[in-house]
Amino acid sequence: MKQLALIIDLNVCVGCHACVTSCKEWNTSGWAGPMSDVNPYDANPTGTFFNRVQTFEIGTFPNTETVHFPKSCLHCEDPPCVPVCPTGASYKREADGIVLVDYDKCIGCKYCSWACPYGVREFDQKEKVMKKCTLCVDRIYDQTLPESERKPACVLACPTSARLFGDVHDPDSEVSQLIRENGGYQLMPEWGTNPSNHYLPRRKTHFKIHEDELLRVDNPLKKEGLLPEPPKDQQTLDDIYSSW
Amino acid sequence: MHPAFSVIFLTTLIGVGQGLFLALYSGQIYSMMKLLPAQNSQSFYALGSLLAVGFLLAGLFASFFHLGRPMRAWRSSSKWRTSWLSREVIILPTTMLLIAFYGVIHYFDWNQPLFILVETQAINLSLIIGTLAMLSTFALFICTSMIYASLKFLQEWYSPLTVINYILLGTASGFTLAAVFSVIVEADVVGFYVLWAIILTVTAFITRVATILRNHSITPKSNLQTAIGIRHTIITQKSQGFMCGSFNTREFFHHKSLTQIKAIKNIFLVLVFPIPILLLLVAASGLAPLYLAIAAFIVQYSGLLAERWYFFTEGKHPQNIYYQSVA
Repeated sequence: MKQLALIIDLNVCVGCHACVTSCKEWNTSGWAGPMSDVNPYDANPTGTFFNRVQTFEIGTFPNTETVHFPKSCLHCEDPPCVPVCPTGASYKREADGIVLVDYDKCIGCKYCSWACPYGVREFDQKEKVMKKCTLCVDRIYDQTLPESERKPACVLACPTSARLFGDVHDPDSEVSQLIRENGGYQLMPEWGTNPSNHYLPRRKTHFKIHEDELLRVDNPLKKEGLLPEPPKDQQTLDDIYSSW
Repeated sequence: MHPAFSVIFLTTLIGVGQGLFLALYSGQIYSMMKLLPAQNSQSFYALGSLLAVGFLLAGLFASFFHLGRPMRAWRSSSKWRTSWLSREVIILPTTMLLIAFYGVIHYFDWNQPLFILVETQAINLSLIIGTLAMLSTFALFICTSMIYASLKFLQEWYSPLTVINYILLGTASGFTLAAVFSVIVEADVVGFYVLWAIILTVTAFITRVATILRNHSITPKSNLQTAIGIRHTIITQKSQGFMCGSFNTREFFHHKSLTQIKAIKNIFLVLVFPIPILLLLVAASGLAPLYLAIAAFIVQYSGLLAERWYFFTEGKHPQNIYYQSVA
């Protein structure tokens, strides 16, 4: 069974919010739109977003590191938001594992958002229904788009390729290999939600060089000079006497 | 969590209605066992059922204010296999219908024995429907409370105590109302309802205080380390991705000061438990029973509003970990 997901590489995310804006741009005018805003050009603007980028500082000065943390629906394999929905508006697709909301069935009771420990569902203040990341379901299967563009808008927008998209159930896919080989992890594993989206940790490349590796043991410079003269009657393989 | 008044009124009002019905039903059982004098079918049981249905209807009305799309509310009965909310949506009208039918049976006095049980006990229609309504009432208590108690991330709610509190606080307020009601209709069962209202209130006090104590010593399962998956003891949030709030900051935070929450807690602990007990005791002793009983109910119900408000602010959602600093 296919499970589409995003892999977010925290090692290369620069926190530019390009994924946030391109997500909003694509989805507000697409199948999942509108993603309405309240007071967009006034005091206290607020609105519906499927994706956010947060920033955390790790450690104490001067030994700090800045981590930019994109946060969107993780499309859990065992999504706690789905069974609590009283109308069946919240569902997980059998075919590709995407968790979606049917806006025509949603009654806006917000119970699903209570049941999500990650807080990635947002109630649209104007549409009065619950909204969430669709993994750009209207885009990834669009036959009119070139194959290379059949990816979520956030993935295409990322300038550092910090976002990757693929099937995490296929062990040979690029995303599965990245999870395997680069320590991909899930958020809040303690709740057993088994998120499909994985994060790749910050990685530092260390190269261990030993002292003796800096000094050549077989340094020809050290070997130069005359070897002791062998006895005249000794047989040698090489023409050692030529140096004497 | 943000305390929404629609849900506060829903849960407290239906609690009163359910408790009042349970009081009427237990009154009928007691009088059937010849432990209490029999009451008039019309002026006591029918009118009492009407009052109980009125409270349930008021609760149902309040619940619609919680919905973004109330016109689609009928859809919410479809996923009863998995959703406690859906189960509540089915059980609430069922309970109302059964209690209404119970009232109708009493109003028209369809109380001819249908059959005789164990050669001594006459079983009539009101007893059968009353028993069904009683089971439905308990099912409704369980559904309502399990909506909260089934959310394992909200550790403050994820406990059998949540269910016990909903049942006990609902029945306590219902029995208090039954005492008021029996004073008004001059039924000679005031003492019975006052006694049980006090017993239920005292029991509810024990379980509610136990819940407060339990919630004071909860260790949150999630923390910033597991939330973003970085194993470092010192992590500070520098940005939450927006400046002026979102659904995440509105729905899951109560935005109240600790002083206010503490005050509301103390207020409900006084209003729900000791004051109604005192008022009921004085009322039962014969001193201005009508006014004191009404006062007891009003005080207890306002206390329950504060209790439910506090219940919501008690719940600490793990998503709040991601929203600790604006910038």
